[in-house]
Amino acid sequence: MSILVNKNSKVLVQGFTGTEGTFHATQMIEYGTNVVGGVTPGKGGGTHLDKPIFNTVVDCVKATGADVSIIFVPPAFAADAIMEAADAGVALVVCITEGIPVQDMVKVKNYLQGKTTRLIGPNCPGVITSNECKVGIMPGFIFKPGRIGIVSKSGTLTYEAADQVAKAGLGISTAVGIGGDPIIGTPTQDAVELLMNDPETDAIVMIGEIGGGMEAEAANWIKANGNKKPVVGFIAGQTAPPGRRMGHAGAIVGGADDTAAAKMKIMAECGIHVVSSPADIGKKMAEVLKGK
Amino acid sequence: MNLHEYQAKELLKKYNVPVQEGFACTTVQEAEDAYRQIKTQTGSKFAVVKAQIHAGGRGKGAIKENGINGVKVAKSLEDIQEFASKILGGTLVTIQTGEAGKVVNKIYVAADMYYDGPTERKEFYLSILLDRTKGQNVIMYSTEGGMNIEDVAHDTPEKIFKEWVHPSGGLQGFQARKIAFNLGLSGEAFKNCVKFVTNLYNAYVGLDCSMLEINPLFKASDDKIIAVDCKMGLDENSLMRHADLASLRDVTEEDPTEVEAGKHNLNFVKLDGNVGCMVNGAGLAMATMDMIKLSGGEPANFLDVGGSANAQTVEAGFKIILKDPAVKAILINIFGGIVRCDRVAQGVIDAYQKLGNINIPIIVRLQGTNAVEAKKLIDESGLKVQSAILLSEAADLVKKAVA
Repeated sequence: MSILVNKNSKVLVQGFTGTEGTFHATQMIEYGTNVVGGVTPGKGGGTHLDKPIFNTVVDCVKATGADVSIIFVPPAFAADAIMEAADAGVALVVCITEGIPVQDMVKVKNYLQGKTTRLIGPNCPGVITSNECKVGIMPGFIFKPGRIGIVSKSGTLTYEAADQVAKAGLGISTAVGIGGDPIIGTPTQDAVELLMNDPETDAIVMIGEIGGGMEAEAANWIKANGNKKPVVGFIAGQTAPPGRRMGHAGAIVGGADDTAAAKMKIMAECGIHVVSSPADIGKKMAEVLKGK
Repeated sequence: MNLHEYQAKELLKKYNVPVQEGFACTTVQEAEDAYRQIKTQTGSKFAVVKAQIHAGGRGKGAIKENGINGVKVAKSLEDIQEFASKILGGTLVTIQTGEAGKVVNKIYVAADMYYDGPTERKEFYLSILLDRTKGQNVIMYSTEGGMNIEDVAHDTPEKIFKEWVHPSGGLQGFQARKIAFNLGLSGEAFKNCVKFVTNLYNAYVGLDCSMLEINPLFKASDDKIIAVDCKMGLDENSLMRHADLASLRDVTEEDPTEVEAGKHNLNFVKLDGNVGCMVNGAGLAMATMDMIKLSGGEPANFLDVGGSANAQTVEAGFKIILKDPAVKAILINIFGGIVRCDRVAQGVIDAYQKLGNINIPIIVRLQGTNAVEAKKLIDESGLKVQSAILLSEAADLVKKAVA
């Protein structure tokens, strides 16, 4: 079962014929993802990577039955692409694009309210269910199949965690890169909630970073819902200076509540197994599961 | 991207937001001319000289060289000459600049707004920013103007009001009226405030601001509502659609090494530590900094080389990190996914050889695609580079290097 995507997912690619879209669509197809087609306005009717191209998302959905979209559209047009996918009724939209203006995302977030579409990202590595379906830009081979779920704001740190989990003799059910922007479609708590309710996931790795209050919100939810599954947590940016943006648009310490120390404290108080070194994520998970 | 007060005020005027008028000056002569013009326009001998730097607390801050404050009220041409000559070119140290302070290249000579009149003068606070949790813009305001708003929020939270703006309809009339009423305004001042807030919100959205703060928001003695000071931050992601705004960037306000790094498409933030680092991905870069600290070192920088860690980016990264004499070791931490580790390793070797005399320990941790081949390449290169595959191994090597 896992969450969000599996071997039955039918994936369409927005920004299909661009450099990024082409490269990553090829990689996804190689991984075994069922890419059913793509959208590039003006190029409809042709084919690309042996898949049909459509002018609009709604055409693509009608013809192929796609239920997942991945977006590689440049930042100036990405918000529009997300809303187009939602309008066409695509159930899951994964937006990889980095650099979308924040006021565009204010509009998108409002647009998605009351719709059934779930957005992952933007500015994220995507979602992968090991050995079944990769909707993202992550190196697939790192994600060994197993029963650990990952929720993370960061790309390479997700790979790091998946690799450590594998080296500890465990594997990954689904890994969700939720993105590092100030406004994202699926906050930490939503992703954690999905994994808590997934019968194929036994434990969760939750990776956050400085800025915002999503990790504290998720931690409080985990505690309020009885810590049903063990969670190992890490917050990047313990050494980040206040007021400086650390790469990700959302990674900035604005006050006392969004520092790494404050988040780690709340997480620990809520029963999450917090590690202070990123090198200890896998080891900690193995310990926690052994002690259970 | 932060703007200077004088730049922000020019932009606000385009949205019909009343501001304290003034002139940006780079020389004493320009300041004198500005003063004469202001005197003619207002008929008052008072004018204000304000240092233009990207930091708050200018009024209480002082110029290192001569102790003069960063904001001064002048009442004569002689005052202007004295203040301008002492502030321009001086190093202003405020609560926000740190001990090093910032060199003042421009001053703003502005009209005095605190003139006498029929009604009482008042100072308020108003800012517009993004509420990340709600995904909406929020107008935050208070009757307690001219003070540090964080202190107000801490000591008297009941004096801070918030008004959220729904994205679909924008700021409504009733909301602007509510703000003006909550600030205790009536009559002409009330009407002026409603207009002010409405236009200010339009400016915030139209300019793609990330933050817009008016402190103090001033009610003059003739019921005018005026932005006496303005702090404006722009969303860098939106600059692609505001070519005119992108040119307002003042690189002299930024760390020169960070500007240099930006030219190579490297995301770099200078820190005060002794271990430099070069990492792919922002989250992993922050995590690597944390690991350096846990290993007994202090991170000297944040550096995200992005998705393409090749010989060119690694070389540029080396050069930038090595500019800092405090750096005693460098840790390169790359998780190769789509990028192959052996390619990155070759890039490190090429860059190392090209630069020649690197006299500090280099630790290279490569994990992911072809990690074993990469380690072999490094180990057999004959260079004084230590290699690791696991993050914990890299941490141990850092520990030894700083011991």
